[in-house]
Parts: sequence; C-alpha cells; structure tokens
Amino acid sequence: MATKTHDVETLVKKEYEHGFFTDIESDTVAPGLNEDVIAFISRKKNEPDWLLEWRLKAYRHWLEMEEPRWAHVHYPPIDFQDISYYSAPKTKQDGPKSLDEVDPKLLETYEKLGIPLHEQKLLAGVAVDAVFDSVSVATTFKEKLADAGVIFCSFSEAVQEHPELVRQYLGSVVPAADNFYAALNSAVFTDGSFCYIPKNTRCPMELSTYFRINASKTGQFERTLIVADEGSYVSYLEGCTAPMRDENQLHAAVVELVALDNASIKYSTVQNWYPGDEEGKGGIYNFVTKRGDCRGVNSRISWTQVETGSAITWKYPSCLLKGDNSVGEFYSVAVTNNYQQADTGTKMIHIGKNTRSTIISKGISAGHAENAYRGLVRITAKAENARNYTQCDSLLMGDKCGAHTFPYIEAKNASAQVEHEATTSKIGDDQLFYCMQRGISEEDAVNMIVNGFCKEVFKELPMEFAVEAQKLLGVTLEGAVG
Amino acid sequence: MSDTAVNHYVSELHRLQKEMGCDNLARLREAAIGRFQSQGFPSTRQENWKYTDVRPLTRMPFSLPETGMVADHEAWLNEARLPGLDCHELVFVNGRFSAELSRTDGLPEYVVLKNLAVALEEDRTLIESLIGEDNADSNPFNTLNTAFILDGVLLSVPTDCIIDIPVHLIYLSGFSDEGFAAHPRNIIALEANASVTVIENYVGADNSRYFTNTVTDAFLQENSSLTHYKLQQEGRGSYHIGNFNILQAASSRVYSHSISLGGSLVRNDIHAELKAEGAEIALQGLYMGTGKQHIDNHTRIDHLSPSTQSRENYRGVLNDQARGVFNGKVVVHKDAQKTDAAQSNANLLLSDFAEVDTKPELEIYADDVKCSHGTTVGQLDQDMLFYLRSRAIDEETARSILTYAFAEEIITQIDLQPVREYLEYRVIGRLPDADLIKEFTV
Amino acid sequence: MLNIKNLHVTVDDKEILKGLDLTVNAGEVHAIMGPNGSGKSTLANVLAGREGYTITKGSIDYEGKDLSGMAPEVRAREGIFLAFQYPVEIPGVNNIYMLKAAVNAKREYIGEPPLDAVEFLNLVKEKVKLVKLKEELLNRSVNEGFSGGEKKRNEIFQMAVLEPRLAILDETDSGLDIDALKIVAEGVNSLRNRDRAIILVTHYQRLLNYIVPDQVHVLFDGRIIKSGHRELALKLEEKGYDWVKSEAAA
Repeated sequence: MATKTHDVETLVKKEYEHGFFTDIESDTVAPGLNEDVIAFISRKKNEPDWLLEWRLKAYRHWLEMEEPRWAHVHYPPIDFQDISYYSAPKTKQDGPKSLDEVDPKLLETYEKLGIPLHEQKLLAGVAVDAVFDSVSVATTFKEKLADAGVIFCSFSEAVQEHPELVRQYLGSVVPAADNFYAALNSAVFTDGSFCYIPKNTRCPMELSTYFRINASKTGQFERTLIVADEGSYVSYLEGCTAPMRDENQLHAAVVELVALDNASIKYSTVQNWYPGDEEGKGGIYNFVTKRGDCRGVNSRISWTQVETGSAITWKYPSCLLKGDNSVGEFYSVAVTNNYQQADTGTKMIHIGKNTRSTIISKGISAGHAENAYRGLVRITAKAENARNYTQCDSLLMGDKCGAHTFPYIEAKNASAQVEHEATTSKIGDDQLFYCMQRGISEEDAVNMIVNGFCKEVFKELPMEFAVEAQKLLGVTLEGAVG
Repeated sequence: MSDTAVNHYVSELHRLQKEMGCDNLARLREAAIGRFQSQGFPSTRQENWKYTDVRPLTRMPFSLPETGMVADHEAWLNEARLPGLDCHELVFVNGRFSAELSRTDGLPEYVVLKNLAVALEEDRTLIESLIGEDNADSNPFNTLNTAFILDGVLLSVPTDCIIDIPVHLIYLSGFSDEGFAAHPRNIIALEANASVTVIENYVGADNSRYFTNTVTDAFLQENSSLTHYKLQQEGRGSYHIGNFNILQAASSRVYSHSISLGGSLVRNDIHAELKAEGAEIALQGLYMGTGKQHIDNHTRIDHLSPSTQSRENYRGVLNDQARGVFNGKVVVHKDAQKTDAAQSNANLLLSDFAEVDTKPELEIYADDVKCSHGTTVGQLDQDMLFYLRSRAIDEETARSILTYAFAEEIITQIDLQPVREYLEYRVIGRLPDADLIKEFTV
Repeated sequence: MLNIKNLHVTVDDKEILKGLDLTVNAGEVHAIMGPNGSGKSTLANVLAGREGYTITKGSIDYEGKDLSGMAPEVRAREGIFLAFQYPVEIPGVNNIYMLKAAVNAKREYIGEPPLDAVEFLNLVKEKVKLVKLKEELLNRSVNEGFSGGEKKRNEIFQMAVLEPRLAILDETDSGLDIDALKIVAEGVNSLRNRDRAIILVTHYQRLLNYIVPDQVHVLFDGRIIKSGHRELALKLEEKGYDWVKSEAAA
C-alpha cells in the first residue's frame, strides 16, 4: 500500500475541511437534563417500558456519580444542563422509509463528507449507516445483508424490530453505571448502529457508520452494539466529523462488542471530529467508552483506531478476554496538533486460559498538544498461559508539546508472559535532510516519515480507510514543522 | 483507622518534643507534623500508592524506641558487616546512634561525618538550610520523618575531596524493643568535585514488629560523585519505608544500588532531580520476595536541564505469595533537550500466588530526546532449563541456577567487591541448593 | 544399545513421528538425513526428553531401560548426550562451573566420588584441545556472546568432558565454515570408540565426508524410508530426496 504523498499535498488545507454546517430544519429539545427529557427521548423513539426504566436507572446512577478529573487532561467544567440531548432533522412523523424520502440537504451533507448514500455510488462492498446529530438517517444495502441473515440497522430500529436481541445484549459489556460518561450515555442515548451476525456467517461486506454532529449546543450520545454469534466474522468501520463551532461540544458514545465462540470482530475507527482552531477554541470533547467482550472460546476482537480530531479524546477501547484462547488486539494512531489533547490506550483483561493480546500504539504530538498512552494489561490469577506484547512509540514535533506513556501491568499468574516496550523520538534532521536532498519537499518528507512511523497500524485498516487515514494525518499535521 | 494513627504520631511528637532536644528544631518538627496531619497516611486511591496499602502499619501505634543497648548486638553487628570491607562505620541500634560501636577515624580534613543529633546541636544554620523544603505534595512518610528528626547521619564532603574508604551506615533494629518506630535522617552534601561511597545497611530481627521510616537527602554540587548502596534486610515482621531524595548540579553523577530482601511491607522511593547540564544518574535495583512479603519500588527522575542522562535497571523475583511493585517515572521537562533516558524492569514470577504490578512511565515535554523503557513479566526460560537438565543437572538446581543468574545481572554491576560478594552470598542463601549454585557465578 | 520401535510422537497435537524404527549398537555411527520438517530434530529432542513431545505409541529402549517418562537429567546421567542445533545462551551462568556440576552429578549417579577443582581442571585442559576452543570462553556465561562456530565447538567440548554412551548431534554442521567443520569433525572422530554410539542428525552429506558413518537412514514424513551405507548419502546429495520418496511410495 504505497503512500501517495502528492495526495496529501493537494489535501493540505489550513482549515478543517469538514467544517461546514447544514442548514436544515431540526427538531431539537431545549437544553437541560432531567427525567422528563429522558422520558421525552424514549417516547419520541417509541421505546418499550423496560428500556425507559433502564435509562432512568442509569440516570439516577449518574446523578450519584462524580465527574472524573484526569491528571493529564485539562478543560473547563462542562455544564450538563446547557446541552440539548435530542436533535433530529425534521422529517415526516415516521421517518424516511427509503433514501428517496431523506431530505436532499442531508444527502448533500454526506456527499460533502465523501460518503454518498446512494447505493449505486457506493464503494463496492461497504454498507453504511449514517447518524446525523442524534438519529440514524439512512442505512444502505439492507436487503443484501438481510439475505445473509445479517442485521444491520439503526439502534432505534433494532429496538422496534429486534427487541429481544437488544434486551439480551444491551449493557452486557458496558454496564449502565460503568463510568460517568457511560452512565450519561445510557440515560440519554438517542441512536447509533446495531449489528448482529448470525452463526457461522461471514458478513458479506464491510459495515460502516458515519457519525456527524451538526446542530449547535447539542451533545451526541450514540450507542453501538455489535453481536457476532458463534463462528461468525464482521469488519466494522466508523467515521466521525462535525462542523466548526466556537463552543465545545460533547460526544459521549458507548460501543459494545460481543464475540461468542469462534467469532471474530474487527472494529476500525477514523475519528476526525472538529479539533478546535489553532488557538484551541472550540472542538469536540470525545469521551467514549468502547469495550469488547471475547465471551466465547477462540474468539477475537481487534480494535484499530486513527484518532486525528477532537479537542480532547479520552477513550480506551478494551477487551475482556474471557473465552479460552481468545485474542484481543489494539492498534492505534493518535495525532494531536495545536491545543489538542489525547489520552487514549486500551485495557486487556486476561481471564480465560491461553489468551493473547497485542497492543501497538503510535502517538504523534505537535504544536502545544498533549498526547498520552494509558493502558492496562491485567493477567488474572486463573488466566493460565496468557501472553501480551505491547509497543508504544511517541513522535514529537516541536518543543512545546508533550508525549506520555502510562502503562499499567498487573500479573497474578506465574505462567504469564508480558512484554512492554516504549520509545520516544523526533523526526531526525538527518532524515529530513536526506529526503530533501533527494528533492522531496519538507512537508512531504514529514508526511512520509510519519506515515512510515504509523505503518504497522495502517496496515490493519481496510484499504479505503487506510488511504483516508493517511490523508487525515497530513491535514492534521499541517504547519507542524518549519 | 488512619486518623487514629495520624493522631497517635501527633501526640507522640508532643510527648517527646522536650526529650528529643534541639530546641531550634522544635519549630521545624511542629510544622512538619502539621503538614503530615493534613496529608494523612496515603491510601490506595492515590495514584502513587495504588498497589501498596499501608494500613497494616497504621494499625500499630509505633512509638520511638527506648534508649539503651540490646544484649546480643555484637553477633548482629557481625552479621551486618561486609567481610573484607575497609570502611568508616556508624552504627544505629533501634534507630538511635551508638557512639561506642561506631568508628570514623582517619577521615580527610574538613570532612564532617557525625550523628545528626550532634550536628544539629553544633550547626543550626546548615541543617535548617538543608531541610524543611518538602513541599505539600511530597511523600507523607518523608514529612513524618522530618517531624521526628533527630538521629541519622550528616556527611559533608568539601570541594575536591575524594573519600576512598566507603562510609558504612548500619541500622540494627528490633532486637529487644517491640513495636518501635525509627525515623533515621541522613544528609549527604557533596561540594564541587567531591566523591564518596555510602552504604546504608538495614538489618533486623525476624521475630519483632517495628517500623523503619528512613529518609536520605543527597545534595551534589558540580562534578561531584556519589555511589550509594542500600541493602534492605529488615526483619520479616517489619515495615520499611525509605525515601531517597537527590538534587544534582551540573556534571554530577549518582550511582544507586537498591537491594531489597527483607521486611514484610516495604516501600522504597527514589526521587532524583537533575537540575543542571551534564548531570547523570544510574539506578539499579533488585527485589526478591518470598512468603507474604510486599516490596514496592518507586523511582522518579526529573530531567530539568539539557543533556542530562539517566539509566535505570530493576529486577524482581517473586515467589510464594509475595507481591512486587515497580513504578519508574521519567519526566523530561520543557527545554531539557538532548535528554537521554533508558529504563528497564524485568520480573520473574515463580509462583501462582505471587503477583507483580509494574508501571514504567514516561512524561515528556521536550522533543529532542532519546527515551525508552521496557518491562517484562515472565518465567524461567524453558530452553535454558532443558539445556541444563540435558547436562545432568537436576530440575530444582537448574531452577535455582537460573533464578540466581537473573538476579546476578544486577549484582554483577556492583563495583565494590566486598558488597558484591556479600550480596551474592545473601541472595544465593535464599535459594534452594545454595552450596551448589555458589560456584556458578560468572 | 538403542532400540526404537514404531515410535509415534506428537507436538502440539500434531503427529511428527509416525512409526519410526531404529536400532543403534555400541561402537556404531548412524547418520539420520532428511529434508526440512521430516522429524529429524524431533527425534533428537525426544531422545533427550524435552517437554512438549508426547509419545503416543511405540517404545524407546536404551540399554534395556524404557526412556519414556525419564527426566532429561536422568537420561544425561545414564549417558545420553544431545549436542543442540541451537545451543541456548544462559547469561549469568558460568560455562565451566555448569560443566563441573554436570560431571559431578553424573559421577554421583554412578557412585563415583566427585572430582575436586584440580582434577576437574586437568580434565578440562585435556579436552579443550580436542576442539581448539579458546580457553577464555570457558569462563564466560554459557554460550553467551559465542559465535556460531564457538557454540558448536563448545557442545563437542562438553561431549568430550561428559563422555556419553550415546551422543546425538543435532545439525552440528549447520552454520559452520569448512575449517570449523573440520575441527568439529576431528573432535567427534576422536571420541569414536567401541563402547560409544553416535547419531548424526544432518541435512547435508558434507559432514559425512569427515565423519564416516556406519549406516545412513533417510527420514521422511516421520518414518525411516530407506537405510544404507555411506553411498546412500552421496546419492542423496547427487539426486536430492525426491527419488527416495518416489521409491518409497512405489
């Protein structure tokens, strides 16, 4: 997979290129949070009573919880009463039945993002669910997926069409009261994607969700639930963008993955929420709880993430390795520039026998940004023959940024083998000079070197995403050198 | 629980202030106990104490020891002495200095080496200028030590003075007095180009419960050099908390070796600040836990100036139900360009009930740096084990040999031969087939 | 001396040896040849008793004793020696003292008094000449920092000191240049006698130019499919393994 550096060059723009705002009539509830708002959301979505109860329980938990303060993340307090917890593009009462009914302006928005929803224009083999502010607006390739028995739809739809599956698995990986933001999400989540792969089925195409925050003063609280039944396989991609706004917006999502016996889930993220401007004004607070449960024997969950956006990213996609011989993987590139802050990493909890995990993390810091890897590898007492390998590398560009590594390793079993390595480096002047002497511009040289630094992670991404990820990297680091 | 313990130490201080003497220190102590009161004992909710619960040591109201000599101290002293080592020797029994057991003759001119209590009487300004700077977020045990400051060592080495003969500080504890606390405070001040080797050796009886809360402050001026050994061989029922604070000026060098073999609950903190260009530090450590021992090593190195260097290598061997904790933090501050920091921590888990929690940390705010860390948790290498067995060596011996070889990597770095040999003897003595494997040392 | 009958061995549930028969008498040198993955090293490891090799069927009789279930160190004391294909480095463990412990463990087993330091040193001095091993290597950690050739020579040196009844040389020729190969071969040849049997496990016949075997066996897919004399090895070198395979299949 060759890097086309001239692509990066053409893409380089000073400004966040997804920063447009779609002027669309939307149905937005007034800012504020109380039980009435939750009941309103639930009613709006025509939810069964048990789900409303579940939300309220989470909300009451949340009220008791203390907002976390993280040592290496700094931001002014969030006023949770100043956020609108529901915003939906206004449509006919029942929502769009097909793409033809979707507001053309919305479709235009996705065109601008490079995500055409018209099926004929789609990249072959990728089914897309698009979430606009709080609601899912369209899901493509539904019929083809249905033929394979795969359920892929918006979360709201799943609640109506497959309540038994939702009820069985919702909150089974990330309990409603897991942490402050997960509890908040459980109380107010509005939509998201749901995916079920039946037994012994290889999902015939990549599944993809695009998230976009559009309305101002809204938070986005989507919820994704993916269940891979015995012997199944799915590759799922997630992308995110938001318009440029002066104020900070909150994104507090929850992603739950369940892999049963011999099942395998590959979850890839390219996160490009609005990072704020060069002065650090505005941008998304991306506080996300992602967790995969390797519940069955020989199951495998692989997280790959490229985090280039958001003012603050706080997320630790994790794996509970419960099934014997299960495998957890985490491949991450986190890029921060200007005043961005990223505190990201993973948790690998080894519970079953012969479980294995691999962590490859690449952090790149530029400008005044702070970038921290925080990870936990826990080998529980019963996890015989557990293996972990971790490699964390940081690349610093400029002398005003920070790069930090905080790995926690807890081993309680004498057959455990855990290996952690970390390095920190900068782009060498000699490397740059070498490239430039061969006629490559400094910017291209930096891109080449950074792409090389991230190669181990990019190769885990599906092809289309890998290309996009490389481009994003170039855009994010624009102006970081020289 | 913890509050009761805090109050105990407060009233202890008030009870003993007069007895301890040194009026000019009363204020210092008073201020420290005040700070300690607001800090309290650390809890596992604090990041720095996440894996070490100090509640066991707060459950016993340790008092300062009664003065007076223990009966069989000679035998214990011989046990603590390093065969073949020519040294200046200061001996503390149950935390109190023993002038009659100590010998410091033949020191170069202008070198000061004396018990802190005496030094405090003689030179007030010096002491006050050195102590009392522990800020609010410092370790509460450090503060507690300051609150009870009395015995310990003042070692001051003048400019250009190189002391060839090592200074051996022996702390014998727990031979008669049940339930005492000792708060030894050592101050090592090296002027420009000075050089010295200091050995702190903590030896205790297994059958008594006591609490050693030691602090050593080292101040290194330009181009001075300190080689420091800490041999922690406290009794199996004891609690040992140690803080080693190091301030380094330009081109100064510190070589620290910390070996922890004894104690039931042990915590060693080393905090080094490399404050000027060219300062270098090398930290080495070995911790071996058996039974239910809990041994925690925390190190923090602050690179505050350009072109400073740190090296760290710690190894742990955990058997039975022992628990080892390692936390090595390296902070490269803004503008500390050309910092070169490398750290490694390796652990051997030999029993299914043993545990290791390790956390190497890098916090970096400068870009032209070379930093790395690596940590491993594992077992004896199966291929090595098979190789030895295929050469007719039985399995248990082979295990001992390989365990020793793992620990040896730290011991072999010790330049001072008597210390190295003493440790080889001590470490091997903890393993099965000790006699056999003694020969294997490279 | 060694009598292997219908030996089946699995590694990680995969069958590697599938009914191997082999008889080796005292004083004989046998060469086991075969392509990669045929099971040569498995045979060597099974004889030395490495963990992870499960005998599912068949038997190994050594001097009238059943080897299966015997600990590796007991086999070593009984006189079995394995020269490893990849001798492991053991940092911190002194080469010469490891060997002294080995010698004395064996002597104790057969009821002889241990050698004292002087006796042992004389033994070492005598044997080290056999393989022209630099004496400075003796005092290093086991194999640590040795070149490939030095490691192999160290193995033969250990063999000379331990005087085994049955020596298995696992690919001892691999990675050696021609001079080193000659030295190793001379060392081995000097250790040939009528009480000792040697099994040479090798990929190439090159070694057999220097150590002439009494018998040559071709191991393929876990079985010995052809046995013969010295000429068989030459023919293998000339024609490759395919003709034996097709002949065996026929």
